[in-house]
Amino acid sequence: MGPDTRTLVQQLLKGNRRAAARLMSLAETLSPEAHTAIKQIYPHTGKAHIIGVTGPPGSGKSTLVDKLIHEFRQQKKRVGVVAVDPSSPFTGGALLGDRIRMSRFATDKGVFIRSMGSRGSLGGLAWATHDVVRILDALGKEIVIVETVGAGQAEVDIIKLAETVVLLTVPRLGDDIQTIKAGIMEIGDIFVINKADLDGADRLYVEIQTALNLGEREQSWEPPILKTVASSGEGVEELARAIQDHHTHLVESGEIKQNLERRCAAQLETIVEQSFIRKLFVQAEEREHFHQLVQKVCTRRLDPYTAAELLILRLIQPRIESDSS
Amino acid sequence: MVSEQERKIRVLVAKPGLDGHDRGAKVVARALRDAGFEVIYTGLRQTPEQVAEAALQEDVDAVGLSILSGAHMRLTEEIMKLLKERDMGDILVVLGGIIPEEDYEPLKKLGVKAVFGPGTPTSEIIDFIKSHVK
Repeated sequence: MGPDTRTLVQQLLKGNRRAAARLMSLAETLSPEAHTAIKQIYPHTGKAHIIGVTGPPGSGKSTLVDKLIHEFRQQKKRVGVVAVDPSSPFTGGALLGDRIRMSRFATDKGVFIRSMGSRGSLGGLAWATHDVVRILDALGKEIVIVETVGAGQAEVDIIKLAETVVLLTVPRLGDDIQTIKAGIMEIGDIFVINKADLDGADRLYVEIQTALNLGEREQSWEPPILKTVASSGEGVEELARAIQDHHTHLVESGEIKQNLERRCAAQLETIVEQSFIRKLFVQAEEREHFHQLVQKVCTRRLDPYTAAELLILRLIQPRIESDSS
Repeated sequence: MVSEQERKIRVLVAKPGLDGHDRGAKVVARALRDAGFEVIYTGLRQTPEQVAEAALQEDVDAVGLSILSGAHMRLTEEIMKLLKERDMGDILVVLGGIIPEEDYEPLKKLGVKAVFGPGTPTSEIIDFIKSHVK
């Protein structure tokens, strides 16, 4: 075993990259030890501007992130990147290839890039992505960019994490109805039409503009729609400026407080929900009880709502005997 | 559902140097993925510094280098040195590609734990990594 958790955290706070990397691996185990580390790190977080970049597979997220890193480095900002790619639902393995596009920054000490497998999480991030972002924040990164798994229509967990969400789309994915569907089209603070040199970019621009104008709600922030060609860097400077503008808007309007509260609430909810579920499986006895209830639900001796109530009751008051068949 | 997870084996598959043949590296990366590993693939033409720094940031358990350019001695020596400088001298490093047999021993002296030549079954590589990571 290497150094203990406390030592790693101390090293992290001094800016040690190796300690940061090891704490990230620890965070990914989701173990009590991992949570102990995050408890120590949390007071040192909250300084980074967290930017989410999401959009369909192949839309150019990694390439765009590479160009954004460049922009922020020009401004002398320290940048962290978390890039999530899917894990196999069959083997748990993953091929994490987002670094390929960003390898020119591998040796820039002002940049730290970490790849993550989604490890069974379905919302476009991994369970531990929040913690990895916290570690980058504590490492002193002023900007943290989170690149989600290639997202379809409903992978929207990024709004629980990022202060500014950049939603990428590309021409010719579908008709205008796609742009007014619920889900991912609602989460963009900034819309980016990447590969804007392809046919159909102008039409997509109008479709998104129309979709945004269909809403009746008065919004203090109107999401800009930008065109980029990430591979050549076209439009990226404007995007970096729009990201900064969004941050300034949040600060000046005071919305940054609600934004933060919303994200903290969502994060806390997830932790409570997941801790609860995990308790069912930690002890053999609990697992056994769970499986007994599953059997009853399957054989229609019990409905799933009652079974859930029994499970919750038992977790709150572990001594209650809940065998009610 | 979130459940506590075992540490997954993370492997960096890198192609240092100037040759542009990455089919072998991709075949291995894919096989390791199917064996349940998390494979971080860096792409072509990486410098030794890029490889070592990616290994550090990704906190990998093993590094697999694919070299077909003939520059394996120099590249490997440099990468091993840079890994040691980063306190990662003890991670597993294996090689694949076109490596003359007479170089196997000198490479092992540099700290490379295995060299897998053309035709090696991917299962052999998987088993080797599984049994040698710490």
